[in-house]
Amino acid sequence: MNEFTNTRHNHLIDPTMHVWGWEIPVYLFMGGVVAGIMILAGIRYLRSGSERPSTAMALMPWVAPIFISAGMFFLWLDLEDPFNAWRFYLTFKLTSPMSWGAWILLGVYPASILLAWLTTPEAIKARFRETLLRIPFVGGVLDWAEGRGGFLARMNIVLGASLGIYTGVLLGTMAARPLWNSALLGPLFLVSGLSTGAAFMLLFRLEDSERKALGRADMGLILVELAILGLWMVGLATGGQAAQGALSVLFGGPYTAAFWTLVVALGLLAPLFGEWMEFKHDAVPGKGTAVLVLLGGFALRWILVFAGQATGWVAEIAMR
Amino acid sequence: MSDVRYGMAIDTVTCVGCAACVVGCKLENDVAPDYSRDWIYTLLEGQYPTVRMTIQSERCNHCEDAPCVTVCPTGSSHYGPGGSVQVNPSKCSGCKACITACPYDARFIDPQSGAAEKCTFCMHRLEAGTPTTSCQEVCPTKSIYFGDLNDPGSEISEVLRDRDWYVLKPDAGTKPKHFYLK
Repeated sequence: MNEFTNTRHNHLIDPTMHVWGWEIPVYLFMGGVVAGIMILAGIRYLRSGSERPSTAMALMPWVAPIFISAGMFFLWLDLEDPFNAWRFYLTFKLTSPMSWGAWILLGVYPASILLAWLTTPEAIKARFRETLLRIPFVGGVLDWAEGRGGFLARMNIVLGASLGIYTGVLLGTMAARPLWNSALLGPLFLVSGLSTGAAFMLLFRLEDSERKALGRADMGLILVELAILGLWMVGLATGGQAAQGALSVLFGGPYTAAFWTLVVALGLLAPLFGEWMEFKHDAVPGKGTAVLVLLGGFALRWILVFAGQATGWVAEIAMR
Repeated sequence: MSDVRYGMAIDTVTCVGCAACVVGCKLENDVAPDYSRDWIYTLLEGQYPTVRMTIQSERCNHCEDAPCVTVCPTGSSHYGPGGSVQVNPSKCSGCKACITACPYDARFIDPQSGAAEKCTFCMHRLEAGTPTTSCQEVCPTKSIYFGDLNDPGSEISEVLRDRDWYVLKPDAGTKPKHFYLK
């Protein structure tokens, strides 16, 4: 029989680590939706040709700066010394995914706002143009953007992908938390971000053709996400003792029920089935599956952030 | 290899787990109430009468390949004098990446400053010319060794040469500089 005691009882560290609260999964979810919207809006812009999008689709890039601001606000709330946040922007640390993220977030703003301005219908733009032009430099910047839609769309794709991947890499590079410690977390968060981005778009009044395209794309994204989740679990299950121990939180451990019902069943399999039925019967995708995808994406990040913190290296003593 | 490389060793044979090191550290470093930078981990194995107890005084391992330094986005966590791992509280935003990155759970947030905090190897004492750490100073069984690992003549180098030792969680790959003598 082994029994251990520890005199340490540091707040939020013992008995299980819980230093990252609700702010982090909320930020990761909003960042994922923004990543998805930026990539999908960029692709749509490049492929649209002369086809005119619905007003909701044309305005969609505006969601990126709004959501990323909200997400960054939550991230800021999580800081223990929020008035030192500017320290992020005095340096760039090559080895710190969080440092990469801070700079990627800064790039998201100009790219998404300028693309949003370009895709906004002229009738709406006309209402704001005069006021905007009174602000110094704005006229020059808007003129610059006018002929560069293709470049801006590509920048949205690149920055969206960077944003989606970094949120996963941030957790995936933590060797101390074996549940997170997988290179697959980057692609997992990217694909989940794309899927939730598509689902978010489906909540608005889009053209039938746009809905069908998003529904079809989401089916593929969910399949890829399921594959990555499976590979991630295989990686942990065939890893060392720490990895196996970490995976057990999803197989019989405290997060088993939540993960399999909220993430896998309701968040992935149910919407996949719904989208497949819509596709098979040539129906226009509704909002039901979209809501499920969004809930699943949120649950995935919520569970991963909390479950991951609770995992660690086996405190076995290498005696004898 | 002429640079100073600080390390610490705990004699698990003579350590009785009295926790004087924990109290000594709190007094010396003014650690916030209910928090500690070092702690006593006790493992009891077997069943009476064949039992074996191992007592470890634990703290930051001042890893050579410290993940807390790697993940820090502001440069607050850094390698300090003698390869020790230090925190610059004025640069720390309290993002807590270093806390989740540490396999030893050695860090916490100081409730007053909001900055990450942990063992400093009593660098303020060393810089003032006192060659011992406070935990070492108060240990009644003299179970704590501290010194320059690069100096073959130092007490810690000698004891690591003469005795068998282990480090904690070596598979985490952080190259800890905190040793346990058996």
